[in-house]
This record gives sequence, structure tokens and C-alpha cells, in this order.
Amino acid sequence: MLTPAARFATTGRSRKGEPWVWLTAAGLSVGVTLTVGLLALISVKGTSSFWPDRAVQIESVHDGEKLVTTGFIVQKRHRRDAEGVQHDEIQVFRGNRELYGDAFIFLDRADIRQMTSPDRVWLIERLEGSQVLGEPLALALHDGARVEASSPDFRRRLNALMKEATAIRKELRRVERREIGKINHQLEAIRIREKADDPSAANDAERATLQSRHEELAATARELREELEQDQIMLTASDGRTLEVPVGKLLHVFEPNRAGLLARAAEMMRRAWSFLSEEPREANTQGGVFPAIFGTVVMTILMSLFVTPFGVIAAIYLREYAKQGPLVRVVRISVNNLAGVPSIVFGVFGLAFFVYFVGARVDEWLFSSKLPTATFKTGGILWASLTLALLTVPVMIVATEEALAAVPRGMREAALAAGASKWQTIQRIVLPASLPGILTGVILAMARGAGEVAPLMLVGVVKMAPDLPLDIVFPFIHPERKFMHLGFHIYDLGFQSPDSEAAKPMVFATTLLLIAIVVTMNLAAILLRNRLRKRYAVSSF
Amino acid sequence: MTRSAVESTPVPPQPDRPDFIRVDHYSFFYGDKQALFDIDLAIPERQITALIGPSGCGKSTLLRNLNRLNDLIDGVSHQGDIRIGDVSLYDPKLEVISLRKRVGMVFQKYNPFAKSIYENVVFSLRVAGRSKRKELDAVVERSLRSAALWEEVKDRLHQSAFSLSGGQQQRLCIARAIANQPEILLMDEPCAALDPTATLKIEDLIRRLKQQFTIVIVTHNMQQATRCSDRTAFLFMGQLIEYGATVQMFEAPKHEQTEAYISGRFS
Repeated sequence: MLTPAARFATTGRSRKGEPWVWLTAAGLSVGVTLTVGLLALISVKGTSSFWPDRAVQIESVHDGEKLVTTGFIVQKRHRRDAEGVQHDEIQVFRGNRELYGDAFIFLDRADIRQMTSPDRVWLIERLEGSQVLGEPLALALHDGARVEASSPDFRRRLNALMKEATAIRKELRRVERREIGKINHQLEAIRIREKADDPSAANDAERATLQSRHEELAATARELREELEQDQIMLTASDGRTLEVPVGKLLHVFEPNRAGLLARAAEMMRRAWSFLSEEPREANTQGGVFPAIFGTVVMTILMSLFVTPFGVIAAIYLREYAKQGPLVRVVRISVNNLAGVPSIVFGVFGLAFFVYFVGARVDEWLFSSKLPTATFKTGGILWASLTLALLTVPVMIVATEEALAAVPRGMREAALAAGASKWQTIQRIVLPASLPGILTGVILAMARGAGEVAPLMLVGVVKMAPDLPLDIVFPFIHPERKFMHLGFHIYDLGFQSPDSEAAKPMVFATTLLLIAIVVTMNLAAILLRNRLRKRYAVSSF
Repeated sequence: MTRSAVESTPVPPQPDRPDFIRVDHYSFFYGDKQALFDIDLAIPERQITALIGPSGCGKSTLLRNLNRLNDLIDGVSHQGDIRIGDVSLYDPKLEVISLRKRVGMVFQKYNPFAKSIYENVVFSLRVAGRSKRKELDAVVERSLRSAALWEEVKDRLHQSAFSLSGGQQQRLCIARAIANQPEILLMDEPCAALDPTATLKIEDLIRRLKQQFTIVIVTHNMQQATRCSDRTAFLFMGQLIEYGATVQMFEAPKHEQTEAYISGRFS
């Protein structure tokens, strides 16, 4: 006979529901592990790509031919060749693309005879071309003088020349971008004036002076360029060949095997900073991503500015004014479904509507003098932001509607009973109280919009934009300009780059940066929301 | 009555009208469901009239129709009429907003706005477009004094209303309701969410406010009705069962149902 307690005792594990606990917990663990793993991989790869490794010198013999390679070991791999023989290989970055044709080489471990650490090797970043790896030989100056690397004066002279070159490059940039740009702008203005039936002699005279000034400046720029080319540094590559690099093109010199831990850390910071603050070089595989950061942030902010009022107004109508019935239900379902439309569809719509339709009209009305050069009838940051605003407006509407619905009925009634009109109630009571919820919508919209790439490719993103959408040239804001975007930059580096191997560390670093930027913008919005929440907290018992 | 006449609030120096609020064969429907059946009663000026009855009897519905707050609900309809003074609430020319300026309301659950104490009190003036600092300051002091809250909050008028205790928040709501000097004050179970001490304070306040306002109060609490009100109306299932002087009604109810209710045999 059972005791009363035994009768109620559960017998199997399944009765307690334990398998479900384990199953659900396992599901969560898989999700968390994948996410954390991905973030960890990106963080480690992204940050370590800045860390300066030690260079190695490898002597290998392949088919009786001796080869000396100096470089950095990038990765190891196992490969089975056509005959099924296993090869244990290492990939080495050796730079000097103009000598070898490829900055990377695979070496079979079986071929390697000796591996040493070359003490005197230099790693040079330059304006054009791949990085240079080699032992310094001498400086060949323009007056024919030669400073040997062994001379105690060598490094000092080089540094002085590099400093000079930096100043020249700055001047060159000023002349080419600012001065010549200004003259081109004025020439363009004359052309437009003439097109508007004003072919006067004054125009011709002005053009003549401008053109002569243009030639003067172009000559100055040519001279400056020549000046950059006149001093050379000579290095010996690992295979014994001599490499000549104009000192004017040198950006940075680093001695990877002589630097201590502190110097390495400093070098890492320098690389990270130049990544954040510089413009890309060498088809985006070198240099920094500053224009892409700028473009991403500006576009996301513009998008939020567009989507917030639009979404809030639509939600106010749906929730506060519209008569709740089948029609409103259909509208609401449609809005929710709009959030599931593939983003590329929005891109196509943005291209057709904003660029080709609205843009064409804007050009006709406001920029007719510039036609046939398109001003707004081409992708630009304005159209991209509007397209993304369209893409994120469902998120915004849903979040705002929920926030409005959460405002206690008592508050509305109190406002109405106090003689407020419906709009006054919404404006003074309901909106302030639902502001935190509305900001949640903005956060969600920003998170969705900042990571979107596909639609942008149709409405304004480019791999290399010559100018930022905000600058010091009148009218300062250029909504028609094309822009760079980190998401597209990742795609471009990883899949469109001529040297995808060289770009790989940049892909990780850029991905890490994009995630960091999205998180930062979200955190800013969340902090703002928390402050508002404190201010507009709804009372509880 | 024109709108400007409504907005000039000073109480006319006339004798108190015995039928200041006139509910005239009034029926009210939520969609198909009838909530009030042919209610007929006159509420005298500057007295306290209590509406009592079991839950769902329609007392709150009746109260909320006195400032047409039920209009917010979809699908409501009515028959009959309600008049305040000589104005019909259902006069098509009447603006509901101007009506609500004559009728203040205090709710069951205290519901201050998520604003400062000061801004809560002056809300009705702000929405009426009055924003002269001096006037507002005067209104805040006068209203808070009337609501017996001034001494407690005068040094922190610009703090959040939520920093107050429950009883204080309800008194703030009363101050808010009387700030624009309405003629009528509607109270929907104003003490339901409060503890006994706060309840006594509010009842005390209600008795004093009677000198200035015509008060209609819905209550569940028999003692409260006897303590505060001059007249009592007993509603049951949407019908007005009995209406008369409170003392008389509680001592010698005319109807069996009234007696059963007030003696607590059902609720």
C-alpha cells in the first residue's frame, strides 16, 4: 500500500519536466555560444591585426633552388596536392610586391632549412604600393651625395627628409584640393553662366585669368611632386635585390625586430589610430577607414532624423485618432509585414523613386544649369538615408504604438477632464510619457539601419568617395554626395579587393569597428532613454 | 451660453439653485448594453451629493457623463438630457472643452502627470493658454492651500509630483481639479486607494470645498457618504432607486433595496 506522500511523488524525470529544462537551456547555450564566439573571434582578430609581429628570415630549398624569404608568418595550413601528398605549409607576408608580384608566399615546411630572426630588417609603409621589407642600404640624395646605412648620421638624415616630405605633401594637398578645386569651381560657374545665354567678353577675360592661374598652380603641383621623388632610400630585399623607394613617399618606418614591448605597444596604438583617422590607400587595403566611419555615422544620424518624426506621426494617428476597426487592423498588419520585406527591395524602390523620380525633378528645378551632369539624380547620402528611413519606419511605428498604448488611461482622462483638447493631451501628456518607448524604437531602427548594406549599394555608397558629405566648402552639408560606409567597406575589402589576402586583417578590424560604432550609438540612445525614464517615470503604488 | 461667459468663472452672487445639475430622464448605452435607465435627479448647488450603489450599478457612468468623459469610448449613446445651470450638455453648439473647464474631476486612482507639482496644478490654465507667471504663481498657492497641501509642498514646487505620498498625490489632484475655478467638482471614489488617515484628511477637505463648489462624489463607503454628503442617491443596476437627504436616507430608507444595501446585506 502507498503512503499518501508516495502517491503524490513523481516517478520519472520526464514528469518533473526536466528534459524540457535541459532542451531549452541547451538551445539558449548554443545561441549564446555562437554569438559570444563570433564576437570573440572578431575582437581577437580585429585587435591583433594591429599588433606588430616579429619578422623572420627563412632559408628554403625547393627543387634544388635556394630561396631566402624575409617576412611575417601569417598562417599555417595543410594541403594535399594532386598526387595526394600531404604538405605542411606556412604563409608568409614578404611585402615588396613590385619585386615578387605577390606580397604573400606559401612555403612548404619540408623545404625549410633554416629560420632566423633578422636584426636589421625594416618595415616601411609608403604612400603607394605595398609595404616594403628590407635592410636599409643607403640614402641617395638629389645632389648626388650618398649616406650609407652604417653612418651614424643615417637615421637622423632620413627622419629630417621624411619630415620635410610630410610638409611638402601637405602643401601639395592644399594646392591640388583647395586651390585648384576652387578654380575649377569658378570655371564651372562661368560655364553655367554662358549656358544661360550670357556669352560676354567679361566671361572670356575671367576665364583666361582663371586658366592661367590654373596652369600656374598645376606647375607648382608638378614641382612639388618632383621634389617628393628626388631623394631615394635604398634597401636590400631578402633575395639580395636592391629596392629604391622615394623618401617623399615614405609614411612610416618601423624596425620590427629591434622594438621592445613598449615600442610594440606604441606601434600598435599608432596603427590603430591611423586606421581610425586616415583615408584608405592601395584600393582600401592599406591606410584607414575614416571616410567610412564618417559616412556610416552621418548616414545613421540622418536616417534617425528622418524616421523618428515620420514613425511617431504615423503611430499617433494609428493609435490615437484612427477609429479602431478592420481597416486599421489591416494597416497595422501591413506595417508589420513591411518590416519583413528584403532590404534590397527597398534599395530598388529608393533608386527608382528617390533617385530617378524625385532626384530628376530636383535637378530640373534647382540644378537645371548643371545638366546633363546629375546632382541629385544619382545616389547620394540623402537618398540613402531616406531609403533606410523607409526600411526602418515599420520598427519605429510598432515601437511608438506600444509606447503610446502603455501610457495609463488615467493620465489621459485627467488631462481631458482638466479641459485639454485631444491634441493638447497627446502633446503635453502622452508624448512626454511615451518618449522612452519612442527612443527604444529609434534604437531598434538605428541598429537595423546602421548594419544594412544591400540597399545602400543602389542609392549612394561607393568604395572610394573623394569628399566627405560634410566639409568646410560652402554649403558645408552636401546631401547629394556619395559616401563610404563600413558595411560596404567590409564587403569591398573581403570580396572585391585585388589583394584579398592583404585585406583580411582590415576586414576583421573594420567589422569590429562597425560593431563598436553600432553599439556606441545604441548605448548613447539607451543612456538618453534612461535619463528620460527617470524624468517621466509613471507612478506606481 | 457663449464661450466667453463660460470662461469668466467668478461664482455669481445668486442664491444657490436647488437644481443646479439637472439629470432629465437620462439613459446611457455602451453599444447595445444599457448602463443607465431613465435617471431623473436634481443636484443642488454648493452641496455634496453622494452616489452610492454596488459595483456596476452605473454610479461612475453617471458621474463621468457629467463632464462627458464617457464620450471617449467608442459606440456610446444616450437618451434624455443633462443640464448644468441652463446649459444642456448635449447642446450641439456646446464645446466639450469649455464644459470641462466648468467641471473639475478627481479620480479613484490618484493620477498626477509626470511633471513637477507646480506644472500639475497649472495644467488646466496652461491648456487654456494662460501662462502669465504671476497669475500661475497665485493660482498654485491658492489651489494648494484649498487642497490643504500648500504647507507640505511650498518649498519643493518644482520637484516631481511622484515624490509625494499617495494621500498627498490625491490632494495634488484635487488642487489640479480646482485650479481653474470650476463650478462643479466630480469625485470618483477619491479615497479608494488611500489609507484611513489620508482618507480622513481628504474627507475633511471635501467638506470645506463645499462652500465653493458643487460636489458630486461616488463612493463605496457608507460611512463616507454619511460623514460627507448632504444628499445621497442610491443606484442599483442602472436605475435610480432612491434619492434624498443623506440623514433621512440612512435613518429611514424608503425602499427595501436601499435598506438592504446600506445595512450591508448585499454589496
